[in-house]
Amino acid sequence: MRREGSAFSGLGVVMLKELSDHLTSVRMRVLEWLVVLVALAALYGAIQQIKDTTAEDPFLFLRLFTTSRDPLPSFVSFLSFLVPLMAIGLGFDAVNGEHSRRTLSRILSQPIYRDALLFGKFLAGLVTLSISLITLWLLVVGLGLLMIGIPPGAEEIARSFVFLLVTIAYAGVWLALAMLFSILFRSAATAALVTLGLWLFLTFIWPVLAGAVAQAIVPPDPRYLALGLQTPGTAVLEQILARLSPSTLYAEVVVALLDPTTRALGPIYLSQLQGAVLGSPLPLVESILIAWPQIVGMIATAIMLFVIGYVIFQRQEVRA
Amino acid sequence: MIEGAVIEAKDLTKTYDTATAVDHISFTVGRGEIFGLLGPNGAGKTTTILMLLGLTEISSGEVSVLGFNPAREPLSVKRRVGYLPDTVGFYDNLTAADNMRYTARLIGFRSAEREKRIADALDRVGLAENAEKRVSTFSRGMRQRLGLAEILMKGAQIAILDEPTSGLDPHATTELLGIIRGFKSEGVSVLLSSHLLERVQSVCDRVALFSAGKIALMGSVPELGRQVLGGGYVVDIEADGVGLAERLALIPGVSGVDKTGIGKLRLHADRDVRPEAAAEVVAMQGRLKFLGVQEPSLEAIYTRYFEAKPEAAVAEGTRHAA
Repeated sequence: MRREGSAFSGLGVVMLKELSDHLTSVRMRVLEWLVVLVALAALYGAIQQIKDTTAEDPFLFLRLFTTSRDPLPSFVSFLSFLVPLMAIGLGFDAVNGEHSRRTLSRILSQPIYRDALLFGKFLAGLVTLSISLITLWLLVVGLGLLMIGIPPGAEEIARSFVFLLVTIAYAGVWLALAMLFSILFRSAATAALVTLGLWLFLTFIWPVLAGAVAQAIVPPDPRYLALGLQTPGTAVLEQILARLSPSTLYAEVVVALLDPTTRALGPIYLSQLQGAVLGSPLPLVESILIAWPQIVGMIATAIMLFVIGYVIFQRQEVRA
Repeated sequence: MIEGAVIEAKDLTKTYDTATAVDHISFTVGRGEIFGLLGPNGAGKTTTILMLLGLTEISSGEVSVLGFNPAREPLSVKRRVGYLPDTVGFYDNLTAADNMRYTARLIGFRSAEREKRIADALDRVGLAENAEKRVSTFSRGMRQRLGLAEILMKGAQIAILDEPTSGLDPHATTELLGIIRGFKSEGVSVLLSSHLLERVQSVCDRVALFSAGKIALMGSVPELGRQVLGGGYVVDIEADGVGLAERLALIPGVSGVDKTGIGKLRLHADRDVRPEAAAEVVAMQGRLKFLGVQEPSLEAIYTRYFEAKPEAAVAEGTRHAA
């Protein structure tokens, strides 16, 4: 039997209210300043480095994002840390905050479905993140123009724009994860800690662990070891395992997008190199094609996490 | 069945994995009636309310609110029913009016109508001057009133109030009960739950006493009094006079006389025997100091009922211990 009315009635109202909450909150101010300052520092380092070293590079503009100068990491690696942090910061108390303020049952007794509340909150978080990231992207492009003095080509702008979209999708993954835990745990502090813990695990520990697990399952072949090479079976398994982490997926997409010479993400077989002109850039569409599984994987992860949270939220008791 | 019932529940049941929170309860609430769900905490009052609103699944049984099934047509029910949860919460960083605006938008009122309704409702509950203050500065009583204002703004046909007076000081309680009576005068039906028996007695037309997920007793307070307290009237007399007790016992309809103190007597009768008792005292040339008939109190009914049914009280005790 179909239920009455639209699941989305009230969605816009919830989204606008949450959005205004996000944009006026102190939490968001702090996160935005953190991101802007860190990004500027990384960008400054990158520009210094580019001025010092680069001769002729057809994709000079993209180097802004990826070049690092000690001791600062590059803009991209900063982003890959800060974006999850921002997303978690926006999502960790989405639902349990309503519980602890005791507003949930009052809001749900209005003529809306729970769908609208949850989806509205997710969209508001995503829009907030998008606004911040687009601002940041414009800042970087603008500063790059001013400080390098060479206008970026259409290809470069297109690549960095796709990079922006992918970053928003990446933020969506962590937002969905944070919201899932905000549904599961009644205490916002617990939800925040668990989400941050999982983020640390997936970003820093899992890539290392993936190698160890792969070696345990497929022991390296001594013949390859003797040659100083990785055993193909082990390497493939390690990569499969590492790709379970959204951080790995994001890193791979970024490499493919911002370094046009990337031909494959993973082990390259000799057959693949036949006829390839090494070091020559690929067109944008080809680069996107290389990273397409990763992009789809990230979006799918975000949707899956959201759906899990949605199902749990639908069945949850509203009483405190 | 009551004519024009707005809420009809039949064999309503809610079971969790191991426990039964609400066990086959049936009741009806009439239009413009104030109906009280009374009972100790954990007796199933809030669960019943959530089932009426479609906010929790019904395990078995049927319920109809204004002719709609809350499980299947929750939006129709929620559009017409106002709900004040136990210790209602608001967004502390927003003003009272902004909190109301958010709700009004969720209901779907257009902006002009919205502002008028909000102003009217805040005025009715006496919060007009605090409309632009943040809710974080509000006392508990003010929050409860803001919750009632939200129901008024919604133009609800039924107001469901969960523990509306708990944690309020006597003054705030009186104010709140005044607003609740105001609902009745406008033809809004009120379903309220409480564990404070005497507070509720003063406003409820009918009550249902909950115990361990079941409705133990239901009816108006005087009806329940007769049913539980033995159907009789209890008349207290304070007077002197030798042999008064014996004389009073002879009044037709009096079934017993107890001495409750020096010069104090308590008559049990099947009707109001105050006139005859007064006449007897005067005829004996005794001095009548006090004469009164006991109104049945919910407290007394409740206590007596569970004294008479110790197994129910024991079950209650184990539930709390668990």
